[in-house]
Amino acid sequence: MRSKVILRVLICVTVFVLLFICLQRLLMPKYTREAEEGRLTAEYYGSDKNHDVLFIGDCEVYENISPVALWREYGISSYVRGSPQQLIWHSYYMLEDALRYETPEIVVFNVLSMKYGEPQNEAYNRLALDGMRLSSTKINAIKASMKSEESLMSYIFPILRFHSRWNELNSDDFKYMFCSPPQLSVAGYLMRVDCRPLTTDPPVGHQLMDYSFADICWEYLEKIRTLCEENGAKLVLMKAPTVAPYWYAEWDAQIIEYAQKHGLAYYNFLNSVAEIGIDYTADTYDEGQHLNVWGAEKLSSYFGKELVSLGAPDRRGKADYEQSWAKLCERYDRIKQYQTDILEQTGTITGFPVPD
Amino acid sequence: MGFVSVWFLLFCAAAVLLYYVLPKKWQWPLLLIASCAFYASYDLRYFGFIAVTTVSVYFAACKISQLRAKQNAYLQEHPELGKDEKKAYKAKTKKKTWAWLISCLLLNFGILFALKYINFFIGNINAIISIFSESKIPTFDKLLLPLGISYYTFKTAGYIIDVYFGRYEAEKNVFKVALFTSFFPTLLNGPIDRFPLTAPSLFGEHSWDEKRARFALQRILWGYFKKVVIADRLVVAVITIVSDPEKYPGVMVAFGALLYAAELYCDFTGGIDITIGVANLFGVEVSENFLRPFFSKNIAEYWRRWHITLGTWFKDYTFYPLCTAKPVMKLTKFFKNKFGAGAAKRVPIYVASIVLWFGTGAWHGASWNFILWGMGNCFVILVSQELTPLYKRFHAKHPDIDNKWYYKTMCIVRTNAIMCCLRLFDCYKDVPTTFKAFGSMFTKPSFNMLNGNTLLNLGLSAADYAIAFAGILLIFAVSMIQRRGSVREMIDKKGFAFRLAVFALLFAVIIVFGAYGLGYDSNSFIYSKF
Repeated sequence: MRSKVILRVLICVTVFVLLFICLQRLLMPKYTREAEEGRLTAEYYGSDKNHDVLFIGDCEVYENISPVALWREYGISSYVRGSPQQLIWHSYYMLEDALRYETPEIVVFNVLSMKYGEPQNEAYNRLALDGMRLSSTKINAIKASMKSEESLMSYIFPILRFHSRWNELNSDDFKYMFCSPPQLSVAGYLMRVDCRPLTTDPPVGHQLMDYSFADICWEYLEKIRTLCEENGAKLVLMKAPTVAPYWYAEWDAQIIEYAQKHGLAYYNFLNSVAEIGIDYTADTYDEGQHLNVWGAEKLSSYFGKELVSLGAPDRRGKADYEQSWAKLCERYDRIKQYQTDILEQTGTITGFPVPD
Repeated sequence: MGFVSVWFLLFCAAAVLLYYVLPKKWQWPLLLIASCAFYASYDLRYFGFIAVTTVSVYFAACKISQLRAKQNAYLQEHPELGKDEKKAYKAKTKKKTWAWLISCLLLNFGILFALKYINFFIGNINAIISIFSESKIPTFDKLLLPLGISYYTFKTAGYIIDVYFGRYEAEKNVFKVALFTSFFPTLLNGPIDRFPLTAPSLFGEHSWDEKRARFALQRILWGYFKKVVIADRLVVAVITIVSDPEKYPGVMVAFGALLYAAELYCDFTGGIDITIGVANLFGVEVSENFLRPFFSKNIAEYWRRWHITLGTWFKDYTFYPLCTAKPVMKLTKFFKNKFGAGAAKRVPIYVASIVLWFGTGAWHGASWNFILWGMGNCFVILVSQELTPLYKRFHAKHPDIDNKWYYKTMCIVRTNAIMCCLRLFDCYKDVPTTFKAFGSMFTKPSFNMLNGNTLLNLGLSAADYAIAFAGILLIFAVSMIQRRGSVREMIDKKGFAFRLAVFALLFAVIIVFGAYGLGYDSNSFIYSKF
């Protein structure tokens, strides 16, 4: 009798847990038709964890740095752990999460997010954090990122947030219920082959009342630096060469001062646009806000030299690296071709199309 | 940690696990610790208030019991005392016990008044003062309103009044009184339990009972269904309608009142279902608060079936004592001499009814809306009583009509229509707006507003209406079946697989179709504000 009761309880618990999991998997956004960048965080876990250089930051890294270009030209094994409007605490916890799997030689942090001293938008939190595997790092990331109206539990059990998607479900929600959609990025890089040139002068920022970064940003920058130091990784700061959002000289001066104080390398590529060879009439797909693949390759080629000088090793010729990068290079070229074909046929590209 | 949160579910799961793992003698102390933790999760400052109530009620009840025991012992020891001496001694004791009772009630209702009604009171004084002068008494900006204060004040008041009248002895253990006062499932929505009904199961030792646990979980699920699938979905449209009476007059007022009826029922009964389910998980029996009130054929019956524990509290502790109170008897006598027996027999009922409904209205909230809502109910019930001879004549002419479905339906519709109108006081921000909205149903019906365009601009999509409507239909069907017996018993007889399928489906419906999460305030129960 007792074993029968226990069996029934076990069956009930199993059914309810399975039902919960199935519903959660069904209702979670798959990010296949919109906000595709939401897939980036989770894609990291499918990569070979053999990266010597790790980029952390927002779209200024995942759309401007091409790890395949770095590999091809310098044999640098790198990955971009970026997400849309990745705030500095997102970056910190992304790094902490990555360090659970691998220890890179160099960590490159794009400093644009220093301008955001508080959570901006729940949607961006979701895009950055929902794909992260459950761990104490994720819990801390959630706590640091949540806006007051959000709840920790809705990140741990995302169905509590996305249950209302029942009337927005599409075929992809069923198709990718138990499997991942096709890989969107190549080592964290999101490619666009099209061009929308910057035809006017680059925008100039309005005068600000106060140019100092928020205390919390400094706190997290310090935490990133300490974390790198503890893990034997060299922290490098960068500012991508994109014209918007505007990067103020006053902000730049504060980063330079910080970098000098701690002996860090800082590259503001806005100062080297000509040297890199970036042409805003050809190398951007949205009037200078993000680089297209041609611009990203130029920037990667330029930055690669610096990374080598900072100690990034050349892994070419090593079988395991060659094997994993061969697949990535092949996929990179296929996406490039795929998008080029779309562009030729339709004249436009929306989102980040990839072949199945 | 509201009822609609994962934390609450985890908290309950942990408490239940410990409850049945620990030695049985630790069960009720564990419930007390859990109740304190639950209370603390809201605001630590609330503790002081509930502690004062617990200690004062415990102390006063013990004193009353002691005095009565002393009196009985004295009278037993002195059989030689004459009738008058005994009477005098009893009167002396009664005076003392009365003093303890009144002090305790004044203290606790004083706290309730100070926290809940003081600003309303000052506001009214200021309104009167403003006729004569410009000066104003300042109101209090940041008054705390401890969680469940109306429920636990009334619950403990009932306890001490019963002890005073010798209905049962005072509880000797202060921690048991503390648990009775603060039992966590009952803090948000009541019910206003009676000590002798709850105490045996609250302080008793319980073994795990599979069927009881199953029924409890089913009841909790049913409560969540009503609360998050229906009530929290409809509240959006109700708020849209009542917050803009100029934009939504006439037929939209009626539509809003109908939605509010469904919302209020699902919100309150959902909360009570969760309360009873959670209490049952610990083997604790708490009172039922509803008996399918929307099937009532008149207002008096409605109030016997809606918020039953509040109704019986007022009946037992205000209505009946007032009917037999000396001043009321004097007034009755006065009326008998002046206006005859017919008028006199109405006096106690009228006086007690007015006090009862004034109190019921004020219990719901410190505003004239609630007081007028109470008086409205009183008016309808008294008018209904006055019309009794007319009904009797009608029924004498049509002796079988009571059993006809159309007559029953008419009575049910009439009762609900009246209740919907009275509930408008509960919806609109003040009395003039309520009357204006009510009047617009006749002066500005605007039937053309009842179209898809308007309805879809109330914050609900067509899918939301469909879900709410389907949910209400399901509740109606369950209520119909309940008239023949317990639905859970019926499902239980169908076997394990069927049971599992039904409740897995209900679980999925709650998870998917529930109106909770970002943008919703699922933890706000209408009755937890009262």
